[in-house]
Order: sequence, then structure tokens, then C-alpha cells
Amino acid sequence: MIDVLYFAWVRERIGLPRERVETEAATVRDLVEELRGREDRYDLAFTDIAALRVAVDQELSDFDAPLAGVREIAFFPPMTGG
Amino acid sequence: MAVRVQSAPFDAGAELGAFSAGRSSSGAIVTFTGIVRDRGTGLAALEIEHYPGMTEKALGDIAEQARSRWSLDDVLVIHRHGSLPVGAPIMMVATAAAHRAAAFEAADFLMDYLKSRAPFWKKEVRADGSDWVAAKAQDEDALSRWTSP
Repeated sequence: MIDVLYFAWVRERIGLPRERVETEAATVRDLVEELRGREDRYDLAFTDIAALRVAVDQELSDFDAPLAGVREIAFFPPMTGG
Repeated sequence: MAVRVQSAPFDAGAELGAFSAGRSSSGAIVTFTGIVRDRGTGLAALEIEHYPGMTEKALGDIAEQARSRWSLDDVLVIHRHGSLPVGAPIMMVATAAAHRAAAFEAADFLMDYLKSRAPFWKKEVRADGSDWVAAKAQDEDALSRWTSP
């Protein structure tokens, strides 16, 4: 089980801030494909992954990162702090 | 070194006073305070979302990087989240160093990294609707000056 978190417009499109996902996906990209296959709202949120950023266990990462041993994945648009 | 993530307002003057107090070896203190600004669109508030846990870690990492690159006596980073009205302080960085060059450069570095590498997202709320603020390419480009040889 992995905790999957969504922020900003990704959270709004998917309609929830976090969920627990049972997955056999090997990489972040595989997980995204699994989620996209679930429902339209996921497909819509992940249409353009070049517009998204991902954090793996609270560290910025990339879509090729492996999921073995990972507890928490977060998807969000580019950050706008400051 | 202190990193604070909070919804409550802060008083930039009081923060500077506390940060400056009792320093004997710091010849230079630089601060930057970000304020919610209406760009003429009738902004009612800026809503700032963040990633609790990662935010504190990312800000701490960025502050540590600044300390390893410049000879700093101290660093302060404050960043707010929640609904902030026009004119309210959003965030503040302060750096203390023996000389001004290190204090200025480190503050500039902290701001560039905070903009693009700390997990905050801004939403503009107006009377006629609301929109997520898009990241600017120039903010991403600003990071390259700290990484190029």
C-alpha cells in the first residue's frame, strides 16, 4: 500500500487530497498509468505529465523512480512559493 | 538557523529585531519580505496550499545549502500558508554574515529556491473567480545561475 497525495489543481481535478493505493506498479510512471485507467478524472489530471512534478517520500523525484519500499508519493503542479 | 511554516501573520520588523539581537560578529544582515500584491485584477486573497512535512524538510534543506555555500552566522526562513489578504506578509528570509556580499547572495539564493523548490502553491481569489498561479519559466531559469560552473 502506498499513500498517494495530490496538491493544488491536481487535487481539485481528482477530487480528493490523498488516498491509499494497492499497487504492483514498478515505477511512478507505471502507477500513473494505473491511475489513469481507473476513471476519467484521473486521466484528466494526468493527461500531460510534463506539467506535473512528483515527490517520492517527500523528496522531489521523477517519473522513472522505482516504487519498491516507497511509502508516500505526491503529485502536484510546479511549485509557486516565495 | 530557524525555519517556520505557519498560517499566522508575522511582524517583519519584530522578526528582524529578534534576528539581529545580540550579534557581535555579524557585520551584515539582509532581509527580504514578500507581500500579497494586487496586480490590478481585484485580488481578494491569496490562498497558499502546502505539503506538510515535505515543506519543513525542503525549507530546511535549502537553508542548509545556503549555509554550506556561504559563510553565514545565521539564517531565518518564515513562510505562511492559508488565506492571505492583500498587503499581508507571505514570507521572509533573513541572513546574517560577517560581510554584506555573503548575506545578499545567500538571501537571493534562498528566494530563488523557495520559489521553485519548496512545495507551496498559490491560488488567486477574486470576486469573479479563482485561478492557480502558474510557475514562471524565469523562476526556473533563475536557479541555473546557482548551478552553472
